[in-house]
Amino acid sequence: MAFESLASRLQSAFDKLRGRGKIDEAAVNEAMREVRLALLEADVNFKVVKEFVARVKERAVGQEVLKSLTPGQMVIKVVNEELTQLMGGDVAKIAAAAKPPTVVMMVGLQGAGKTTTTGKLAKYLLKQNRKPLLVAGDIYRPAAIKQLQVLGEQVGVPVFALGDQISPVDIARQAIDYAKEQHLDYVLIDTAGRLHIDEALMDELQQIREVAKPDEILLVVDAMTGQDAVNVAESFNNQLEITGVILTKLDGDTRGGAALSVKAVTGKPIKFAGMGEKLDSLEPFYPDRMASRILGMGDVLSLIEKAQEAVDAEKAKQMEQQMRQGEFTFDMFLESMEQMRKLGPLEDLLGMLPGMNRKAMKDLKVDEKQLARTEAIVKSMTKAERANPDLLNASRRKRIAAGSGTSVQEVNRFIKQFEEMKKMMKQFSGAADKMMKKGKKKGLKLPFAGKAPNNFPFNFKPPFK
Amino acid sequence: MSFFKKLRDKIVQKSGEVTQKFTEGLTKTRDVLVGKVEELVRRYKKIDEDFFEELEEILIGADVGVTTVMELIDGLRDEVRKQKIESARELQPILSERLVALLQHDGEQNTGLSIEKGRLNVILFVGVNGVGKTTTIGKMAHMLKQQGYKVLLAAGDTFRAAAIEQLEVWGERVGAEVIRHAQGADPAAVIYDAMQAAKSRGVDVLLCDTAGRLQNKVNLMEELNKIYRVVQREVPGAPHEVLLVLDATTGQNALSQARTFGQAAGVTGIVLTKLDGTAKGGIVIAIRNELNLPVKYVGLGEKMDDLQPFDPEQFVHALFAGLIEQEETAEQDVNKNP
Repeated sequence: MAFESLASRLQSAFDKLRGRGKIDEAAVNEAMREVRLALLEADVNFKVVKEFVARVKERAVGQEVLKSLTPGQMVIKVVNEELTQLMGGDVAKIAAAAKPPTVVMMVGLQGAGKTTTTGKLAKYLLKQNRKPLLVAGDIYRPAAIKQLQVLGEQVGVPVFALGDQISPVDIARQAIDYAKEQHLDYVLIDTAGRLHIDEALMDELQQIREVAKPDEILLVVDAMTGQDAVNVAESFNNQLEITGVILTKLDGDTRGGAALSVKAVTGKPIKFAGMGEKLDSLEPFYPDRMASRILGMGDVLSLIEKAQEAVDAEKAKQMEQQMRQGEFTFDMFLESMEQMRKLGPLEDLLGMLPGMNRKAMKDLKVDEKQLARTEAIVKSMTKAERANPDLLNASRRKRIAAGSGTSVQEVNRFIKQFEEMKKMMKQFSGAADKMMKKGKKKGLKLPFAGKAPNNFPFNFKPPFK
Repeated sequence: MSFFKKLRDKIVQKSGEVTQKFTEGLTKTRDVLVGKVEELVRRYKKIDEDFFEELEEILIGADVGVTTVMELIDGLRDEVRKQKIESARELQPILSERLVALLQHDGEQNTGLSIEKGRLNVILFVGVNGVGKTTTIGKMAHMLKQQGYKVLLAAGDTFRAAAIEQLEVWGERVGAEVIRHAQGADPAAVIYDAMQAAKSRGVDVLLCDTAGRLQNKVNLMEELNKIYRVVQREVPGAPHEVLLVLDATTGQNALSQARTFGQAAGVTGIVLTKLDGTAKGGIVIAIRNELNLPVKYVGLGEKMDDLQPFDPEQFVHALFAGLIEQEETAEQDVNKNP
């Protein structure tokens, strides 16, 4: 029980509401008790929880809900709205100074992930055709400068470092001059991790702030932080007037209550979220999507956006057409698989689908290697074979197995699964037309959007254990 | 003699300096937890539902954890009913005693490291990103060197940029050699090499760093499990300790970490870091209560010698210093006016 996710806790609370025809105060109270416990277990600060529960109760009990036809949905809606509001409403963007360079200062406790996040932010800016400069201002932790230099190399951006004997204040001053000379438009200053109660080091940050006059001071917060997140955020905010927050390690199985608290206490937006180990895993933070993810509604919006970024619309359209005519070849399979790949690790994608909450995900292990093997099998086929699976006789299969480094059994299994998929596609082609219209309305452009979910290209063999 | 007095007498026998470190390091924890409980008791003359609710909030606010807090509060409710306690003041000692009991309920557990002279002791450090594994290794190497052990470090974090260099800096500082490969190498291979080197150089203790990993990354946990198996295979009886490094500011996720790392790498104990800055420390209570894992060391500062063996009694003393003094004054008063 203790480790159910916030989403599933809330869901079970709402299940109690769903069974009832009408909603009364007692029912709301019961559900809100669960909500309260769930939020507390998720490390949401208890003060924030108290206010939140009171607000939802007030809105949920009474006329609004009694008039509603589906009371359960009504409460979910209220909780979702309040949760979204609590998390800060709209998506926040990173500042851009009227006169470049824009100076960004990264601050936070030790081990929150400042240096890594600074590297990720550089990569993010680079993608948007900006020219960032990384500034190694952490002169205390062993090898912190080296870490930033390695990151700079990986990302492909310059790193400004003066060693660990010069004060971070001077480093910041010289770095900004350097950026002006070199016409770089973003200066990202990494600073040493420090306790919010360490006066001497907090004073140093204030000095850097005076010298660098940053347009943006981002507080880096570990998403796993407990009740203390509020105190940390509050005191950094009071002493430095932070302009935003970056939440790191959100790809863990933490329920991320810190996200809920920090905004509520500081009033400053969460601008980005660190979602993985790789350098491109820094994402803008969408409060509304996060709220619905917590409520178990899935992060459909993020998924769609990712798909739109990666999928070649033309190709997808052409494929849809073919699929609708019941045509499905190995080439098409390969193509849809490649497009899926571009979206990122499959595990991440599945996590964004509605109904796939963290609990369900726990037992799902996506084997990316299995996918690669499948790809190798297809790639070992000749063009003729790919277009016409009937050609595949025993000796061809043997050759394919040798070519892809798999066994004949594996090739056979895959071909069988492929045939089944094809059959299913034919069966559903009627239903698919209806789905198409729906999908288009919502602007879905997924490689598999044209078909019923059964036709998900990876249905051939669940690559999960 | 009162419970607290007994506790204090025990601690007096211990080094005053260490006690002071504990007390200083835990100032914030104490202020938040004890201070609030006191204020609550002062405000509520009578015990009612509101009292319990506020008490619940104070404890949850210290990251003690919902499950543990619920158990504790239910126990107090029973006590109140049984003993017909009416005033909050009467309940306070019971509450303190229960909190202490939570921390000590497995007091017989060995909180020391299982290191023996005359054999190669392998200690594996595991944990999520940014908890302070490498720093803790540096501090522990320093501590072990001072105790006269020959120490070798293995740079098993081959993933994070400059993690190897970070460990090397620590190696230089404390005067211990570091076995390393290039960044991106197989960590199990690094550990393997380090074990061979340790054997041939007659090292007493080998401290193995690993890359930080979130416990829900199945592949990374399997990588860790592989390291664990390699260690098991190469040195009989090893790893002698697998220490999970936990950030004291972590909330309830710490329990999940302890559980999952325990499964993948057979965690034998916990090092709680950054305890000097956090307002809490309540997670220690949750971990002791819900998982039978002893906290072996705590990080109380940024200096090389700021790693201290965890002593439940001292922890409790530091936590409840205010209460102890109060009780003493009360006792003295009684003595003066019999």
